[in-house]
Order: sequence, then structure tokens, then C-alpha cells
Amino acid sequence: MTQTVPATEGRSTPAGDPALVVDGLWKIFGSRADKVIGTPDAALSRKELQAKTGCVTAVKDVSFSVQPGEVFVVMGLSGSGKSTLVRLLTRLIEPTAGTIRMGGEDITSADAGHLRELRRHHVAMVFQHFGLLPHRTVIDNVAFGLEVRGLGKSERRVRAQEMVDLVGLAGNEGSFPDQLSGGMQQRVGLARALAVDPTLMMFDEPFSALDPLIRRDMQNEVIRLHQEVGKTMIFITHDLQEALKLGDRILIMRDGEIVQIGTPAEVVANPADEYVRDFVSDVPRSHVLTLRYVCRRPEGGDPGRGPALQADEVVRDAARQVLAAQDPVRVFDGETFLGIVEDEDILRVVVAEEDVAS
Amino acid sequence: MSTTVTRPADTSPVQEEQPRVESHRPTHTFARLAVVVAVWVLGWLVLRGHQTLALPGAQLTSFQSWLNDVKNSFDAARETNVFFKVIGGLSDGLNWLFTHLQYLFSTPAPGRPVPEIGWVGVLALLVFTAFALAGVRSAVLVLVGTLAFGYLGYWRESIDTLLITLLAVAICVLIGVPIGIWMARRKGVSASITPLLDAMQTMPSFAYLPPLALIFGIGTASAIVLTVIYAIPPLIRITEHGIRGVSEGAVEASQSLGCTSGQQLRKVQLPMARRTIVVGINQCMMAALSMAIIAAFVSGPGLGVPVTQSLAALDIGGSAVSGGLIVVIAIMLDRTTTAASQRGEILARAGSGTRRMRRIVLVVLAVVTVVAVYVSRLRLSAAQFPAHPALQRPVSSFISSVTDAVVNAIEQVTTAFANIVSYGLINPLQSVLASSPWWLSAAAILALAYVLGGWRPTVTAAVCEAVLLGVGLWNDSMITLTTVLVATIIVVVVSVVLGVTMGRSGRTDTILRPLLDALQTIPPFVYLVPALALFGVGRFTAIVAAVAYGVPIATKLVADGIRGVSPTSVEAAESSGATVWQMITKVQLPMSRAAVVLATNQGLLYVLSMVVIGGLVGGGSLGYFVVAGFSQDQLFGKGLAAGIAITALGIMLDRIARHAAARHGRA
Ligand SMILES: Nc1ncnc2c1ncn2[C@@H]1O[C@H](COP(=O)(O)OP(=O)(O)OP(=O)(O)O)[C@@H](O)[C@H]1O
Ligand SMILES: [Mg+2]
Repeated sequence: MTQTVPATEGRSTPAGDPALVVDGLWKIFGSRADKVIGTPDAALSRKELQAKTGCVTAVKDVSFSVQPGEVFVVMGLSGSGKSTLVRLLTRLIEPTAGTIRMGGEDITSADAGHLRELRRHHVAMVFQHFGLLPHRTVIDNVAFGLEVRGLGKSERRVRAQEMVDLVGLAGNEGSFPDQLSGGMQQRVGLARALAVDPTLMMFDEPFSALDPLIRRDMQNEVIRLHQEVGKTMIFITHDLQEALKLGDRILIMRDGEIVQIGTPAEVVANPADEYVRDFVSDVPRSHVLTLRYVCRRPEGGDPGRGPALQADEVVRDAARQVLAAQDPVRVFDGETFLGIVEDEDILRVVVAEEDVAS
Repeated sequence: MSTTVTRPADTSPVQEEQPRVESHRPTHTFARLAVVVAVWVLGWLVLRGHQTLALPGAQLTSFQSWLNDVKNSFDAARETNVFFKVIGGLSDGLNWLFTHLQYLFSTPAPGRPVPEIGWVGVLALLVFTAFALAGVRSAVLVLVGTLAFGYLGYWRESIDTLLITLLAVAICVLIGVPIGIWMARRKGVSASITPLLDAMQTMPSFAYLPPLALIFGIGTASAIVLTVIYAIPPLIRITEHGIRGVSEGAVEASQSLGCTSGQQLRKVQLPMARRTIVVGINQCMMAALSMAIIAAFVSGPGLGVPVTQSLAALDIGGSAVSGGLIVVIAIMLDRTTTAASQRGEILARAGSGTRRMRRIVLVVLAVVTVVAVYVSRLRLSAAQFPAHPALQRPVSSFISSVTDAVVNAIEQVTTAFANIVSYGLINPLQSVLASSPWWLSAAAILALAYVLGGWRPTVTAAVCEAVLLGVGLWNDSMITLTTVLVATIIVVVVSVVLGVTMGRSGRTDTILRPLLDALQTIPPFVYLVPALALFGVGRFTAIVAAVAYGVPIATKLVADGIRGVSPTSVEAAESSGATVWQMITKVQLPMSRAAVVLATNQGLLYVLSMVVIGGLVGGGSLGYFVVAGFSQDQLFGKGLAAGIAITALGIMLDRIARHAAARHGRA
């Protein structure tokens, strides 16, 4: 089951070579893992395969691509293979089959030295449990990636200090990780990843160990950093709110397989199946849906004379204008006319939301 | 004292590889045990004294004489055989190294009346090292302890013991830490080395003395090799454990940043495991020290010599002084390494002002040390420890007189106690075990093994019995088995009583635990001194010393078990009006049965490792032969055979206990 990436649509997907292309990626854990692919066993569900061979399919025939500058979110329930997937990308875990290309370079066949170069310069990761070194101070933790590269002490200190300032930890350089709160520790993790100036950043549920308020802070921090430094990001979460808030596109996984890939609005408007529908059922739709998904063909084909809005406007933001206007609002995708939106279309979205809330 | 010392099997290999078997109903087992014992006693009544395979002390079986011949031919082959040339080279190297260390620190160097570095220099070096590694308190402790070496008249012996211990530990670290790291990084290596370590740790510790002497001959090199073999397993295990215990998150993060495997080891795993590894070194040191005394058996230097001599002369005061110095060394080493393990972090976290201050103090002290070393090379008074005040005589005669007074005062109690145990427990048990015909005892032991543990320990027991018969020491093995069993029974009773008290009362625990920890740092040898004072020469003294050695670890295990009983169960029993006695016997002990079984097993191993040492104070039988084998050439074969027999006994008891524990130990 190889899914093709749907036609791009959304907030920021500049054209050009993709930053990352994953094709037919598999990971099967178990002693006889490499004997499964290519046999009929490969088609079995995770449970059946485990019962039959003792192997666990963590990632099953996954393909997708990520554009430069995009924030690509991977989500799914616990055990769906998200962590495994993201570790496969830099081969912290060895794939069982499939190819990974990063900036045109084939990662799957890279030798150890090559891989090290890649990890040192191009990809950096932020972990759920931070993965800080308890015996080093904040600044030495942040500088660790540069130290590993062989950068001199004074140079790396300067760069690390910049990063510490960037994530708002100035004044804590000399502290040890266990003297910091969870949120601050994750800022250290973030700074450490940023310090190596990677082209691709990967986050494995970075905020799920933090409490909700801090989590919101940190999400805003990521959004700010993304705007400031413009890195390509792969962000793993099992929190849909987080996915919708941060993601340009969302990949939803279940039992190692891709269920759906799409923009937040696509996923909320057209869930691929029950699993996704369940996921998105209690999302405030007006915050996510864009006019594209609520507009309809005007009866009789006459667009009328109402105000014009763009298709990627979120319902909530457009609501006031639609309700205030005398005539139905006309929705355009660029120059192309898509349809009209009336008061009742807006109300339908909002009422559905009230139902969910009650 | 924050660490527990790993003695024979403190890391409880018992928990590994426990056979999963059906739980058996205890009443059932008791009935069957009773039947076996009844049949045995009946058989003994009818047949006692026949076919006991008793072998008078100086008499040798053909196997034992053959061992003597083997030794002689080995000695002869030392010049010619390639294997022995390699061994010889190793021995020579170690001897050369140690002799030069002695010239440097403890014995007159060639062409000088005194060592290269005199006592003032040695003292300054030791204090400086303690300060640099562990801080002011350890430095003061080392200062006082080292002065005690000299004023108590054993300067040279103490320094020798220290040297041999530190040299052995250095070798252990050089070999053991890399092996531990290797095991932590490669599962296959770990899987192949762990069983070997298990075997080394369940081996009664002194039983491999004779075989090693056979290969390495007698002397310092042999003592060092022995010490290394004995002390290295805990270090390897703890190093592996430490490296493995480094948080996976940190390791993964370092990988994701592109660390090479060497960088990962140097910058992440070693610093994070540092503390644990130092704890491993601490354990290794304690084990090495307890073995460095045994070095006296193989003509090694050090405090072992005066201890054994004064024990042989029944000089309680003298043995207390020299044994006391061993304890002083143990405390010095233990405190210093324990403090050192906590030191790194404290220092790293101290403000930069504190660190600068410390650096200045270190430099000043280093200068003082260099001056002290220099002066100690020039002036005789700084080279030779002052003869006055000579405290050895007064201290030892003071101890002797106090001990005499105490012993006299409580003589009736101790004699009564000794008599009760002897007539009530030891004699009957020994009669049945040792004066039944050999085939009856052998069959009865197999039957007991089967009832307690099933067929697998029975097979092991059969093989071990065959070994006992083969080496020609059946009767002596049965006598030794008696003392081992009696000592184990006493260990279990005492540790259950103490452990229950500790487990039930937090106050008692806080008082007793440090004491038990302290007792565990004392090398086993030292336990002989008070036992000898109280009970004179004889097997009973050996039993008392073994009990004293086994009780601390067993008590701690029981106390932890009682403590681990869920508070809800205790509360439930309390609310239904249970008395204290009911609480203990119906709730707390049954629920901590696993801990009691484990305590029994450990107690057994500790007691076994005291068999040889007990031979020094009239423990008799196997232990005595091992000891005698070293002093009398014609008894070497018998000593070696006794070593093999002790090992066989140990394996047999350990297997039966393990399987019985697996069957009956689950609460
Ligand atoms: N080293 C391993 N050996 C065997 N199975 C593994 C291993 N690592 C992961 N798995 C299995 O692969 C599946 C996917 O695990 P993964 O950790 O990728 O899930 P996840 O989506 O990240 O879950 P979570 O949200 O809990 O982090 C799980 O069923 C897990 O049991
Ligand atoms: Mg995960």
C-alpha cells in the first residue's frame, strides 16, 4: 500500500526538491525480521504476524515526502510506530526495507562515517525525555553537538551561548539539568538541537512530559523559532491540538501504517476512516476548517456580489465578515472561484462544535 | 558506610537461572523429610562405625600421593615447559614489580639501610592522595590510621598489605573495567562471561588456593594472582551494571548528534557511570584486602603473617592488634573510596571560588608532600618510624588482660552455650553424618536433595559425592558438612530474630544497620580473634567465627524482606486484632519467605567460605588440611584434595539450596 502525497495545498509548501523522501519504509522487530518482507506474511496485521512469527511490525510500508521549511506532524496512538519511524530516518534504528532520501542523498546506503556526518551537520533531534547529560552544565549540554564535531572550546561556547539566549535560558548557563524545571530542560534540548544548525529538526513527543501551561509556552516557542530560523521540522505527537496548531501537514499512523496524510483542514473535514474520525471528533472545527471545506456551488450558478475571501481562511476568522455581509461571501483559490458561503454554513460548523462540547 | 561489601555472592546469583518448578505443599515436604531422616537414623543405630571411610590425618590415599607427585613434576617442569615458562615470566614480573614497590616504600632498598621513601614521605603521600581524592575527613582518617601502623609496631607489614592490596586492585581495574565495558556493549560477551563470574562467586572463596599454588608456586606473585581472581568479579559486574544503567535517552541523544562509539564511551557512558564504577572499585578493594591476608598462606608478605602467628600462639592481644590494623586499613580504604565516589559531583557543582581555593590548597599540599618525601630520603629520623612510644606491647597486653577478665567473667555462660550447641546439635549431627556407613549417608543426602529440590540437584549432588569419594576425603567431608550445617542453622536463627526486630522497628534498624554495614567491611579473618578469645581452640570457635561472618548479610536480607511486606496486609491483620506474635508468624514471616530463603542461601555461602579460615583455629577436617597443605610438603596433595572437596561440598549445598528456594521460596 504505497500512498502518494496528495496535491499540495496549505499554508507553506514552497516548490522545489523535497527535503525528505521516504519510500516503502519498513521496520520489523524480531529475530527473523528480514524473512518476512516479500512473503505473504507481510500482508498480515501486526497481531497476526506477532502470533505467527513473534516479530512486531513497528513501521509498515510507509511513504511520504516533506518539503523544505514545512512542519510535518506525525501522529497516532501509543504504539503506532511514531518513535520508530522518526528514528529510522537517521538510522538510529536500522530499517528492514525501504529507502530514505534527504536532500537528494540516499541515507539507506550511507556508511557509518557518512551517517555520522549527517547527524552532526544536517539533522538534529529533540527527545521526549530530553536526553540531557546530567554531569554537564546547561552550556556544555548545548555545546555537546559541536564538541562531538571537534569544534574548539571557545568557538562552541560562543555558539552555545547564542542558542541559550535564543531559547530564553540566559542566566542559567552554569546550572545542571536537575536544577531546572521540565520546561527549562526541554529548552536545553531544543537549544542543543539548534546549536548544530541542522537543516532538518525532528521532535519526538517533545512536550508530552510537560504540564499543559508549559506545553503551550513551548509550542509557541517552536512556532516562533520556526518563523525565525525556518527549519524543516518533523514533529511527533499524540496530541491532536498540538498537531493542528503546529502542522502544515499531518500524517496519521495506526499499527505502523499510514492512515491519512493531509493538511489539518483536510483531516478534520474528510477523515479517512473511523480511526481518524474518532481522533478529530472533539476538535473545535471552526478553528481548523477553512472556507474551502464549507463553501458550496451557488444555486443557479450565480456567485452574487458578496465580499471575496481566500479559500484558506479559517472559519473562525471569516465568521464575522460572513455574518455581517448582506450577500453570500464568494470564496476564491487565488483567482479561481470556488463557491459561496452563507450564514447557515458558518452556523452549521459552530453548532456542530457546541454539540461536541456539551 | 554507604556500600555493602560483596563477599562470596552478595550480588545474589541466586536470583538468576532459578528453575521454575511447581510449588510444593510444605507439610508434604516435611513429612517426606522426616521419613528420610528416620530411615537414616535407624540405619545409623544398626550400622554405626562401619565403612565410614575415615582416614587418619597423615595418611594419604593413592590419589592424594599422586597429587603430590603432580606438584613435584610441576615444580620440576618450571624450567623446561613452555606453559610454565609463560607462568614463570608472569610470576617473575609480578615479583619484580612488588619487590621494587617494597624497596620504594617498605623494605630497605639495596645499598640503603632504609626504603627509598621513609615513613614521613609515605605518610605525606597517603594523606595527600586521600585529600585529593576524597577530601579533608578522609585525609584525617588516613593520617591517624597510618600513624597507628607505626606506633603499634607493624609499619612495614601494614604498608606491605596496603601495597599488595593496591597493586592487586590496580590490576583488577586495568583488566576488569575494560571487560565490564565490553560486556555492557556486547550482549554476546556478557552472555558468555556472566556464567563464569557466577561460578567464581559461588565458589567457596579460599578453596581455589591450593590449585593456584600448584600452578603459580608459593610466593608473592601467587598471592597477587589469587587476590586478583578473588576480587575481580564484583568489579566486572558492577562496571557492566553501571554502563548499562546509563540512561538510554542520553545515549540515544548522543548518537543522534553523531558521536563515534569512542566519544559515546568517553563523554557519556563513563562519566555517567563513574559513581557506580567507583563503588565497584570499593567492593573490589574490600575483597582484595580480605584476600591479601590469606596471602600469608602462600608466603606472601604483610599483616597476614603476624595475625596467623599470634593466632597459632593463641596470643589474643597480639592477634587483636595486628587484626585490628587490618580493620583500620579496611576502614581507610572504604571511607576514602566511598567519599571519592561522591566527590566528583560535589566539586563540579561548587562555585568557582571554592574550586580555586581548593586548587591552591592542593598545590600547597603537593609541595609539602614533595618536601616530606625529600627529607625522608635524607634524614634517618624521617626514614625510620620512631621506636618510641612503642604502643604494641602495652596495647596488646591491655587487650589480653581485658579479654581475660571478660572471658573469665562470662566463662560459665560461654561454656554452657558451647556445651549446649555441641551436645545438642553438633555431636548428634556429626555422629549421624560421619559414623554412618558412607553409602547410607550418601543415599540419604541424595534422598534429601530430591525431596527438597527435585531431580536436578540430586544429579549434581551425586556427582559431588562421587568427587568426595574420589579424592578420598569422605569422612572428613561429612565432619566439615556438620560444622557448615550447624553454623548455617545458627546464622538463620539469629538473622531471623534480628531481622524481624529490625524490620518491625525503624529505630532498631537505624541503630543496627550501620553496625552491620561496618561488620561487613571487616575481612573474615578478623572474626577469628574474638571467637578464639571466647571459646579457645576447636571446631566450635570456627563455627562461631563463621556465624559472625554470615549473620550481617543474612540479617539485612531478612530485615529488607520484613520491611517489604505490604503495609496494607499488616494493617488488615492489625485491624482484625492479631497479637504481635501472630503478626510475625502468620503475616510477616510467611510473606517474606523468599527473603528468608535467600538469607539462608547467602548465609550458607558465607559460612562455607569460612571453612578454610576456620582450619586455623582448630576447625579441623577439610579446612585444616588446606592450611596444613601449605606448611607441610608431604600434605600438599591432601590439602589440594581438601580444596576440591570443599568446592564439591559448596556446589552441592548451593544447588540444593537454590532449587529448594525456587520450589518453596515463593510467597
Ligand atoms: N526495540 C524494540 N523491540 C521490539 N519491539 C519494539 C521495539 N521498539 C518498539 N517496538 C514495538 O514497535 C511498536 C511501535 O513502537 P513505537 O515506540 O514506535 O510507538 P510510538 O508510536 O512511539 O508509541 P508512544 O506514543 O507510546 O511513544 C510497539 O508495538 C512496540 O512494542
Ligand atoms: Mg514514542
